[in-house]
Amino acid sequence: MKMQKILMMFTLLLIVRSAAAVDVFACEPEWAALAQELGGDRVEVFTASAALQDPHRIEARPTLIAKLRQADLLVCTGADLETGWLPMLLRKASNDRVQPGKPGHFLAAQHVPLKEIPARLDRAEGDVHAFGNPHIQTDPRNIAKVAQALAQRLAQIDASQSAFYAERHQAFAARWQAAMQRWEQQAAPLRSVPVVVQHKSWVYLQDWLGLVEVATLEPKPGIPPSSGYLAEVLTQLHQQPARMVIRAAYQDGRSSEWLSKQAGIPAVELPFTVGGNDNAQDLFALFDDTLAQLLGAIK
Amino acid sequence: MKTSTLAVSMTLALLPTFASAAANPDELAAIRQQIQSLQSDYERRIQALETRLAQAEAETQAAKQAASEAQSAASTTATSSAAAAPPPRSAANAFNPAISLILDGKLTQFSNDPEEYALPGFQLGGEAGPGDEGFSVQHSELMISANADDMFFGQLTAAIASHEGATEIELEEAYIETAALGNGLNLRGGRFYSGIGYLNQQHTHAWDFADAPLVYRALFGDQLNDDGVQLSWLAPTDLYFNVGAEWLRGGDWPAAGDAHDGTGAGTLFAKLGGDVGVSNSWQLGASHWRADVVDRAGGGHAHEHGGEAAEVSFTGDSQISALDFVWKWAPGGNATRTNFKFQAEYFLRDEEGLISIAEDPIEETSYDGEQDGWYAQAIYQFMPRWRAGLRYDRLTADNSGSDADVLAEAGLDAAGHDPNRYGLMFDYSRSEFSRIRVQYNRDESQTDADDQWYLQYVMSLGAHGSHQY
Repeated sequence: MKMQKILMMFTLLLIVRSAAAVDVFACEPEWAALAQELGGDRVEVFTASAALQDPHRIEARPTLIAKLRQADLLVCTGADLETGWLPMLLRKASNDRVQPGKPGHFLAAQHVPLKEIPARLDRAEGDVHAFGNPHIQTDPRNIAKVAQALAQRLAQIDASQSAFYAERHQAFAARWQAAMQRWEQQAAPLRSVPVVVQHKSWVYLQDWLGLVEVATLEPKPGIPPSSGYLAEVLTQLHQQPARMVIRAAYQDGRSSEWLSKQAGIPAVELPFTVGGNDNAQDLFALFDDTLAQLLGAIK
Repeated sequence: MKTSTLAVSMTLALLPTFASAAANPDELAAIRQQIQSLQSDYERRIQALETRLAQAEAETQAAKQAASEAQSAASTTATSSAAAAPPPRSAANAFNPAISLILDGKLTQFSNDPEEYALPGFQLGGEAGPGDEGFSVQHSELMISANADDMFFGQLTAAIASHEGATEIELEEAYIETAALGNGLNLRGGRFYSGIGYLNQQHTHAWDFADAPLVYRALFGDQLNDDGVQLSWLAPTDLYFNVGAEWLRGGDWPAAGDAHDGTGAGTLFAKLGGDVGVSNSWQLGASHWRADVVDRAGGGHAHEHGGEAAEVSFTGDSQISALDFVWKWAPGGNATRTNFKFQAEYFLRDEEGLISIAEDPIEETSYDGEQDGWYAQAIYQFMPRWRAGLRYDRLTADNSGSDADVLAEAGLDAAGHDPNRYGLMFDYSRSEFSRIRVQYNRDESQTDADDQWYLQYVMSLGAHGSHQY
């Protein structure tokens, strides 16, 4: 009797799968948002990490394995950003659709040129990424490139609906292009503005807006600053002043707040990805909020 | 019969090729000519490519120089401006497997003599014991792994260990695994850590304490690995549900003797897991291991008899049932700053068979062993890089046999003492690749309590391993 009930529940669990055509497993919120923009109600998107979590360090939790097991398409940054957890998920999930090399394995970083490819690979340099800086989503031009590739991939996986994805992509690309023009006009005063960054998370944003990075709060990528190192940065700022210190919402704010107070410059906590603060609830709002905060800091 | 048919058919298949070639010398010459023209064609193309490559290299060199002159000299990274082309790699090592090396060293101090170590009521084997006193590098691990092709993944873990002045290489893992079987099925073959319990599948360097829980030490000689196959299935549900079975050789402690022509042990396991909110995750497991054991000899520590250890051995049926539970908490799911982990496991072993002591004359007793043990531990990262942990262990043995004296002589009479232990540890991780730990145990395994101190480093070099839950 009891056994029967358990079996019934189990069968139900198997049947109650999402009605949408494509199950998407997105490693980071920005790609979840993009997949949703491009796939509409044809996709069911699960996000493996939240905006306030460090994408380098996500636990390969049972829930993530269970979700990846059911996915038709994995959308991640790549470039070794998820190297501490994604390989384990892929091995444990036993899902042949999303293994590397399959159409269901989509890495955003493969579709944009990467910066800061290290000339020398040595962990003495901190947590360096061999393939280059993976934080590509901070430049909307990269989002546009990834959107095109992702729309093609969705059309490949859900082949009967390829026209649907092409149409949605066209509409998105037009809105995105218009938004980029608006952002670039707004951001004109940010050109050549010197900034301090907490982690090397912003090279693509700097490149897009022409911000100039004069110092990094982490002595080496992934190594939190000591008080001695922070004092050094402060002295450096006396000779080479910056207008603000930037960090991502998921990062510990203490060192940048300290520097902000000591150097008398504003500390800016940018959303970094979709959901990073209350305003940044989609990709458009992400850049709206980022620019508003940066412009607010130089007023 | 079959092979000869095959050989004949192959010869027949090849025959026309030889025949026609031999029959047409003109054709042969034509083919030679074609090959030669192909060769020269390719040589030309390669030369052209080489010159283009040289040009491109010269150009990028110039560009780099210009860039480095423009930039202030501080940066160690080179931004590749074109970046469209992937960095060139040499073909010979492009497919090298991922290699990682674990360096593990200790400084220990015990108030009791580790040579006298015993767990009353338990036969000790494997690597069981608190380890050497003083400075030691007992375990350095070399892990090599790669995909064999689109279907198979392979991994080898070799421990380079020192035992009494000699250096030995122990093959801890050498397995292949399917990654792309699909439908949640996963097949593994070779030597691997069994799916029993929770901690058993974690490599020693991922443990939160410098030593194994007492129950692992007592039942598995620290860890259970064996040769065989493992099949597991992951349910297509949002709740993590994984079941698996193993068919093993039964050659390694706590099995022995390779019963049934080397197929003498087996395991069943099931795991359930999920999240509670964004900050909590958990996993619950149940497992069962069974083996036909032939002449399982106790380790050197177990028994002293007239100055020399007489070997105690067990033959019979052995079963272990286990429950494991893990709970992890990180505020907002961001474990970088603070996080907490609770883990507990319970094991029950039931053995029936014969105990013999290799003396002259051989002493024997029938044996009915009922043993259980558990541990619970909590690890708290109270600030970035710093963690503190607490652990409690307890074992109980209720063994009986036809000859109580022989049982007592074999060290299997617990005499009313339940081994237990408290442990306290602190560790510091400069990055996720290094850890330095200090640990104190109040070890009441024997009636005479032992104060144990460990100072340990664990460093991980090379490929970035991803850790399992």
